[in-house]
Amino acid sequence: MPGLDDLYREVILDHYRSPRNQGELETPPAVRTEGFNPLCGDEVIVFVDVDDTNVIIDIAIGGQGCSISQASASMMSAAIKGTSVDEARQFIGAFKGLMSIHEGDLGGDGSEAEMGIDADAADAGDIKLGDLEALKGVVKFPVRIKCATLSWNTLAQALDEAASDT
Amino acid sequence: MSIPADIKRDFPVLQQQVHDKPLIYLDSGNTSQKPQAVIDAMNDYYETTNANVHRGSYDLAVRATEALEGARAKVARFINAPAINEIVFTKNATEAFNLIARSWGAANLGPSDAVVISEMEHHANIVPWHMLSAEKGFELRWIPVTPNGHLDLSDLDTLLKGAKLVSVTAMSNVLGTLNDIPRLAEAAHGAGALLAVDGSQYVPHVPTDVQAMDADFLIFTGHKMLGPTGIGVLWARTEFLEAMPPFLGGGEMILNVTKEGFTTTEIPWKFEAGTPMVAEAVGLGAAIEYLDHLGMDNVRAHEIELTDYALRTLNGRYGDKIVIHGPQVASERGGVLSFVYGEPDMRVHPHDIAQVLDQAGICVRAGHHCAKPLLQTMNVPATSRASVYVYNDESDIDALAEALEASSDIFAF
Ligand SMILES: Cc1ncc(COP(=O)(O)O)c(C=O)c1O
Repeated sequence: MPGLDDLYREVILDHYRSPRNQGELETPPAVRTEGFNPLCGDEVIVFVDVDDTNVIIDIAIGGQGCSISQASASMMSAAIKGTSVDEARQFIGAFKGLMSIHEGDLGGDGSEAEMGIDADAADAGDIKLGDLEALKGVVKFPVRIKCATLSWNTLAQALDEAASDT
Repeated sequence: MSIPADIKRDFPVLQQQVHDKPLIYLDSGNTSQKPQAVIDAMNDYYETTNANVHRGSYDLAVRATEALEGARAKVARFINAPAINEIVFTKNATEAFNLIARSWGAANLGPSDAVVISEMEHHANIVPWHMLSAEKGFELRWIPVTPNGHLDLSDLDTLLKGAKLVSVTAMSNVLGTLNDIPRLAEAAHGAGALLAVDGSQYVPHVPTDVQAMDADFLIFTGHKMLGPTGIGVLWARTEFLEAMPPFLGGGEMILNVTKEGFTTTEIPWKFEAGTPMVAEAVGLGAAIEYLDHLGMDNVRAHEIELTDYALRTLNGRYGDKIVIHGPQVASERGGVLSFVYGEPDMRVHPHDIAQVLDQAGICVRAGHHCAKPLLQTMNVPATSRASVYVYNDESDIDALAEALEASSDIFAF
């Protein structure tokens, strides 16, 4: 049976207590995108500033939410700041892979094998999720998956907007 | 007489463990648990009585029809309705509001009219009016809520000018506030408007008399009052039901159908198109019998006692680490306790609180409770909400108080 320790890992709590890249960026040059989780009222605002060479030169996170959504947003910002847009998209894909569960596996004993989590497969391509791996315990608490993916979906949207702006 | 100390035994769902802890259910404002008597009544209906209603000429169908209509009579008596045929069965409270909006509202509201609701309404009493207003162009006005969680009626006369309907909740599902319905009825009627009352939180917990309320419509929902899901109630005065056009069309609601058109049958069946929720009506009838047996005065007294105990226990133990929203006097409120918890400068998010409490076997709701305009007014994005009913006791509140401590341990800074 999964316990709270699986969910609230120390790295996660650290990002929740001291969120990285919190704040706002000037728009333009940055784009601003909002995401909502209607279930719990979480709200995330992602600012990204993409330069001419498709590098994310800055990112800022606003909004409010639970520890999982806030920590995930903070870790995401730290991971993708300074990467290219293509790398960021690979991160998004890899993270969402980590957060996906195979249907029918719910209600089992909650072990990783049981839940169909394959950490290697999640590390698609050259992307190493690093600290973000700490969030994989979230999959054992299915209602919290949307909390963890909120900022990533919002980032994906922000990158689309940044691309269409240029 | 009071609520029996061993009442939990009547509720099979409460006999289980989750995460190796006894289940403690504190989410009855969301939906209530069902006593064995309700489950048995529904099973018994299917095992002995099931047939389609109002159609068969055989004995079984007659008994099924009697089961449905018998439940309607119990509902009427429970709220002291003047007539049994003023009780319309709907799917839930939400459908009842949509019925009023689509039927009464569409026939009576135009661009120069106004509908007055309050900032503490459930989305069920907001969105149908937004939808209809977009079509009909009437104005939607809001009675404000004061910082201590009461309706601010100081400007009521202005709000009511030109209003055709006032639609407010008798008890807030977030703050627990009990609103002064007779006063609102007087004001609404004085201004030439009708009064609709959302009784979804009130009817399950407080002895209800629609005639004393002086309302024109009363809405409530079976699953919050020990009954099954899938059944709600709209009560309305005969004269309005008679005048209102039908809501959904189909079988059951007609007197005659030709290639040219149709005529509607009498009330309340005019508003009950298609095969109705007979087993659910039987379940609701059994829930009402169960509540009557406890005595609604005892139900309310138990709620006041337990709410008072919860306010004292949680405030006493946690001081400024907890803020319980709404009126602070138990007799002025229901047993829904929305709260924020944690150090004043860094509250623990409600979703995290609900998660920690779940590990202790305690069910509470976290979020906006389908009342986003209210949370906006309160300037909080979300709250945790513990809500009590007949089967809760002081030990459940003690368990809640104890388990909250664990969230401090995890989220301490
Ligand atoms: C005050 C209030 N009104 C309306 C509703 C809607 O009830 P239902 O979902 O059964 O339609 C609820 C319950 O969620 C409520 O608390």
